[in-house]
Amino acid sequence: MTHTTQVPHRRPVPGHSGAAPTAPSGTRRRPSSQQWAAWAFLAPVTLYLVLFYAYPLYRNLDLSLRNYTVRSFVQGDAPFTGLANYRTVFDDPTFAPALLHTVVFTAVCLAFQYVIGLALAVFFNQHFRLSATLRALFLVPWLLPLIVSASTWSWMLNSESGIVNAALHAVGIGPVNWLTSPSWSLTSVIIANIWIGVPFNLVVLYSGLQSIPAGLYEAAALDGAGPWRRFWSITFPLLRPVSAITLLLGLVYTLKVFDIIWIMTKGGPADSSTTFATWSYQLGFGNLLPAFGPGAAVGNLLVIAALVFGLVYVRVQRKQESS
Amino acid sequence: MSRNGKRTWGKTAIGLLLTGIMLFPVYWMLNVSFTPAQDMRKTPPDLFPADATLEGYRAVLDQQLPYLGTSLVIGLGTVALTVALAAPAGYALAKLRPRGGGILGFVLLAAQMIPGIIMAMGFYAIYLSLGLLQSVPGLIVADSTLAVPFAVLIFTAFMSGIPGELLQAARTDGAGPLRTFWSIVLPMSRNAVVTVSLFAFLWSWSDFIFASTLVNGGAHEPITLGIYHYIGNNNQEWNAIMATAVVASLPAAVILVLAQRYVAAGVTAGAVKD
Repeated sequence: MTHTTQVPHRRPVPGHSGAAPTAPSGTRRRPSSQQWAAWAFLAPVTLYLVLFYAYPLYRNLDLSLRNYTVRSFVQGDAPFTGLANYRTVFDDPTFAPALLHTVVFTAVCLAFQYVIGLALAVFFNQHFRLSATLRALFLVPWLLPLIVSASTWSWMLNSESGIVNAALHAVGIGPVNWLTSPSWSLTSVIIANIWIGVPFNLVVLYSGLQSIPAGLYEAAALDGAGPWRRFWSITFPLLRPVSAITLLLGLVYTLKVFDIIWIMTKGGPADSSTTFATWSYQLGFGNLLPAFGPGAAVGNLLVIAALVFGLVYVRVQRKQESS
Repeated sequence: MSRNGKRTWGKTAIGLLLTGIMLFPVYWMLNVSFTPAQDMRKTPPDLFPADATLEGYRAVLDQQLPYLGTSLVIGLGTVALTVALAAPAGYALAKLRPRGGGILGFVLLAAQMIPGIIMAMGFYAIYLSLGLLQSVPGLIVADSTLAVPFAVLIFTAFMSGIPGELLQAARTDGAGPLRTFWSIVLPMSRNAVVTVSLFAFLWSWSDFIFASTLVNGGAHEPITLGIYHYIGNNNQEWNAIMATAVVASLPAAVILVLAQRYVAAGVTAGAVKD
């Protein structure tokens, strides 16, 4: 569900910078009582961040550096084994496929979500009758609980009774074992995840389109530029900052997609749709005999990837704000 | 003029078609939820539930009500915890200009990028030693991590828009920061409270990963696990599964109808620079 944290993310940041001008300029040297008050108001959330973000992260790191069994998990006396869990993970036959699937899943989802989202944003930007209502309806896949979307897609893609195979049959294509054949399972979860991610791209790119002055298009139209030309010479270049933000946030969120894949295929059959996120879960919770250490190690690799791209995102955004 | 009008209707038609394609899975969920069990395996499947049945929804009433109740409690708990933590923090970041506030804002941004599976594993380790596994308060705390960073950022953006003179006037009248927050800032931030509450509720209602790691097999499981067990146990009763999915989607529908206004308000409040 965390993937849904998407749309609103962008909003607060302009507000952050927007706060500056509203404060009187004379407040450079504030009374320290105000500092006390400020941190009194911030104390709960700071404590919360330490207890419920930093500490779980620390426990996760600790898990990955020790040899945990169920028994030592309870007693807390697992021996320190350094990077052994990471070595186990790297040597695991699942590592290479999981890495490949994570990269393919992320890249393909991002590309399709962005292109479809941009096309829809440009389309809805033309303000026809009912456009606002229809645009709002496009949010539905983004608002639905992931378990709902995943189970609906599971049934639609069912080999014998699914509507997708029935439709394919109607145009003369034989049944596809979407979820049960190793060659199609990754495609299936990608399709479902694209469907879920399009609304986010649509909303953010649409808001980006609003800030392109209409006068530019009028001038270009007067100069005889057709719609296609106007898109490539005006819309696309001017949308680049928003596109960068959209793709980077999308990247961070797609990397950690778990629910959809787990509910639809559990990463299978035979690891054919396993990504780092589902592999980590599989190791920690998916077996009768949990392997918490390696599971946490896989998870930490994912954190590193997410944070690297997260930092790129923050840098890009700072750069855009200062320019 | 008339040509122009025709063109927009043409676009509306295309728009309707695109929306129809996009929402087809939602329609399909509804369709299957009304399909009688004996027609479930029919090929090709019925595009419209001609002999619609409510047996799926009867199954929801019979079997899923406890799950829905648990989800409701967890959702409301998450909302309360999130607003209580985030509103004061937003006020401080927006109006009291604390030293180090920028770092905190950065940490909040980074916190949202941590994959859920990592948080789940960390929480699992902590809750196991504290004996908090399979407890509703434990799940509320875990679910709130989905919403708190977002909520702080939203409150900060909203409260930045409250005129400084107003707070200055309150201070001149002798109101302390707490009084100012409670009597002026919070009431003026009603829209932010609604926005944050709606999203916090929706996210905790939809949470699967914390539920499946922290309360799986417990006495109180949320609706996401209800559906998950359903899929695992009886692959045949898809009308009941889809009926549960429809009911589980109701909060999303409510938000779409109600929150459109509030979400829009959130966008305009935050979009000072856009």
